[in-house]
Amino acid sequence: MATWVFSEEVDGGPTTTALELLTKARSLDGEVAAIYLGEGSDETFAALGDHGATTVYHIAATDTLAAAGIAAALESLIAGGSPRIILFGLGNTDRDVVGRLSARLDRPVLANAVDISASGPVAVTSEILGGTTKVVTEVRAEAPALVIARPKAFPAEPSGGAAPTVIPVELPDRGHAGEARITSRHAESSEGPDLEAAAIVVSGGRGLGGADKFPMIEELATLLGGAVGATRAVVDSGWVPYSMQVGQTGKTVKPGVYIACGISGAMQHLVGMKDSGTIIAINKDPEAPIFGVADLGIVGDVHSVVPALIEALKTKS
Amino acid sequence: MKIAVCVKQIPDPATPYQLDPTTHWVIRPPDQVMDDTDRYGVEVALQLKEASEGEVVLVSMGPAGNMQGIRQALAMGADKAVIIDDAELKGSGALSTAKVLAAAIKREGADLVIAGTESSDGYTGVVPQQISELLDVPALTFARKFEKTETGIRIERQTQSGYDVVECGLPALISVTAGVVEPRYPTFKGIMQAKQKPVDQLTVSDLGLDGDSVGGSGSGQDITEVSPVPSRQAGQVIEDDGEGHLRIVELLEQAKVV
Ligand SMILES: Cc1cc2nc3c(=O)[nH]c(=O)nc-3n(C[C@H](O)[C@H](O)[C@H](O)COP(=O)(O)OP(=O)(O)OC[C@H]3O[C@@H](n4cnc5c(N)ncnc54)[C@H](O)[C@@H]3O)c2cc1C
Ligand SMILES: Nc1ncnc2c1ncn2[C@@H]1O[C@H](COP(=O)(O)O)[C@@H](O)[C@H]1O
Repeated sequence: MATWVFSEEVDGGPTTTALELLTKARSLDGEVAAIYLGEGSDETFAALGDHGATTVYHIAATDTLAAAGIAAALESLIAGGSPRIILFGLGNTDRDVVGRLSARLDRPVLANAVDISASGPVAVTSEILGGTTKVVTEVRAEAPALVIARPKAFPAEPSGGAAPTVIPVELPDRGHAGEARITSRHAESSEGPDLEAAAIVVSGGRGLGGADKFPMIEELATLLGGAVGATRAVVDSGWVPYSMQVGQTGKTVKPGVYIACGISGAMQHLVGMKDSGTIIAINKDPEAPIFGVADLGIVGDVHSVVPALIEALKTKS
Repeated sequence: MKIAVCVKQIPDPATPYQLDPTTHWVIRPPDQVMDDTDRYGVEVALQLKEASEGEVVLVSMGPAGNMQGIRQALAMGADKAVIIDDAELKGSGALSTAKVLAAAIKREGADLVIAGTESSDGYTGVVPQQISELLDVPALTFARKFEKTETGIRIERQTQSGYDVVECGLPALISVTAGVVEPRYPTFKGIMQAKQKPVDQLTVSDLGLDGDSVGGSGSGQDITEVSPVPSRQAGQVIEDDGEGHLRIVELLEQAKVV
């Protein structure tokens, strides 16, 4: 029996979520292995080993949307390695692979997991209905249990594990189903500290009124040494890249201080930031749901409060 | 080109959801709306149809109820709808949903399948990928832009750090994000026409599916415990009198970040 963890390569290494899941996997069931999609390097494999993976199944395909091939390859690997649980993060490729794998194996996917137990039948705690309700679901189907975990549900802690055995995995030809080709890749890198790791996050929402008002949020974040976040409304309007989105379908953040500017506080946004230390909200609507989670709420216009705050901070430093 | 769009009817998101006390499954009232997320898929389908002729078929699983959600999508301009409503489907998880939708799509013989990236109420976010595997077609997922090519479809796929341009031939599935298009509002004419458009109502056996492989019994999982997530205590809310920013500075000082 074993627990496997999927990781896609992002910025040259495993995702933070994958390291969190490897850490959790060590306490679950038997051996821990990683399934790694990307170019890979000794350093990367060492990091996976240092978080508990003794084996890495390495898939080097980078010029196709490889999920169809990966699902078929995993099906064969599973037949040989019999994992009891396979853990995935929320990344888009994670979801492509787990969705296809679940259909191939005829096994359910347990999504939005915040805890997992394997002492009896595999049981997954997830938060549903916009993170308001917690449910425990027991898996009745045969192994492996396929689980998508929420980011930051578990801390990432090194185990001091040695370099893992790396096993290259070839993808079978899926014919037409495996035909999706990546013709070019584009990075929309944002400057400043990493949103998911930052101690302070300043986020902007539709209440800012337009893309041209977003630099004000960036200036405030820079002054505080924090990172910049945004709501999906703002990302979908094309004001800022998706990599800045906080919430259910974006990043999950837990900074010491979160400042929400012109954000209504929809459930799907709250899911991604409600565990922040101190929450400050500026919104002109006294009924805005964001005030329900804020330690300090200012009912006011972002266009006067934020510039005044920037000035006050500048004179202090 | 025949385009199938997956459209989910959901209880009004503004009202609290009720869970059945014994099965813990969501209770679906007769009055339901179209999941807002699916308006984007419908719009993409309509734009593709307008560019190259064809037919747009809505495919939906769940209690038909008063069918407002389906009528909303028909009023936008879709040609017809197939809804699979069967008591056996109660308690369906994502895979069971995908099996039913895939079977209905196969029956229609679509060249392109369009779905949202995740539903507003279930948000497992894997139904589209499961459908693509069951249909054995390529899936261009998380599209934030799309374009028809000579032989297929090309999209910009959202990634963790930017986007990839991805393409494939047909038949195929695409899943679309909420930023991909600006969905149209139904016109009065559209709303009137929607009342006449064909809606096929099917059961599990109409699709030739085995009842044991779908619904609660086929889901392979049981909810054993339900509890509310403790909510965060609200703090102080003050009206900005021109000094509001100073309160923020104070709090930042207390938190030792300035
Ligand atoms: C399946 C699904 C997944 C989703 N995932 C996410 C996600 O990951 N992240 C996310 O953020 N959202 C997500 N959403 C969208 C979410 O439901 C909301 O639509 C979104 O968060 C709203 O963004 P907003 O607060 O910027 O905009 P709005 O809701 O439009 O709020 C704007 C706020 O600004 C205030 N305002 C306006 N003018 C001013 C002013 N001058 N000064 C001060 N305040 C002002 C208004 O009072 C209002 O409260 C998801 C939705 C679905 C269905
Ligand atoms: N019951 C359903 N009927 C029709 N389409 C659905 C249904 N459930 C999910 N979908 C489609 O699959 C997408 C992802 O849903 P989910 O995997 O539930 O988050 C949705 O945006 C819909 O397009």
